[in-house]
Amino acid sequence: MTLRALLLVATALFSLGIYGLLTRRQAVALLLSIEVMVNAANLVFVAFARYGSAPGHPLVLFALAITVAEVAVGLALVLLLYRRHGDTLLELASEAKG
Amino acid sequence: MSEELGFGLLALALVGVPAVRVVTCRDLVRAILWLAATLLGTAVLYALLHAPFLAGVQVLTYVGGVVTLMVFGVMVTRKHEATAFTIDGAARLRGALAALAFFVVVAVAILRTDLSSLTPVEPPSTQELAFSLLDRYLLAFEVASVLLLAAIVSAVVLARRRDPAPAAAQEAATLREGSTP
Repeated sequence: MTLRALLLVATALFSLGIYGLLTRRQAVALLLSIEVMVNAANLVFVAFARYGSAPGHPLVLFALAITVAEVAVGLALVLLLYRRHGDTLLELASEAKG
Repeated sequence: MSEELGFGLLALALVGVPAVRVVTCRDLVRAILWLAATLLGTAVLYALLHAPFLAGVQVLTYVGGVVTLMVFGVMVTRKHEATAFTIDGAARLRGALAALAFFVVVAVAILRTDLSSLTPVEPPSTQELAFSLLDRYLLAFEVASVLLLAAIVSAVVLARRRDPAPAAAQEAATLREGSTP
């Protein structure tokens, strides 16, 4: 039974994403960490589609589309941050409140 | 049990090791390339889980599209002098503790759950997946397409330069003069 191993690996992947999210200062590096976490969630979807006959595959496709949209908007925001402050460190974006 | 252990070690080597480098690498371009390795490893796991279409889509959109986009994003905005990419030691320790706490809680929950009732079943084929997308999930499909359109438009609007910098305009002018002497 490899489902348990898969779930544990996906959990490890998600934890690594949390670690990156909490420790990185670069905006692009945060996007990378989010990618890792989304990947972990997708892995769980596919694992349960194989082992529990859950409808995981359409969900993964939609998650993919949402991730692509998120990366496009996120990189545009990073570009905006760079134009305004000359760097992409996140503490420069402290005026974005609310 | 040995099969489970072997599969876990394989999956860990395929996605876990590159993912560690993604969150610890100091050079952003290298971190992005390690992310590509992670995504490729996940595609291999998809193929092993009888999802060949998802594996192909993963390679095409993530490794082909998202990673390329991110490399461009970093190269456009990178400062060439060395910057501290991670925060100081104490905050890093707090982050590691939070991640470890999450992992322990979820791992204990997984290990204590009885998963023996879940047996391997054949996931839907690519044809069935396509039919379900245009039948049962049609509304979600259309909403996703509208979302993608909105994301593209908003990315263009956000990244558009409203007032071209004088230096850039001057540079373009000299380039034009140089090309047509």
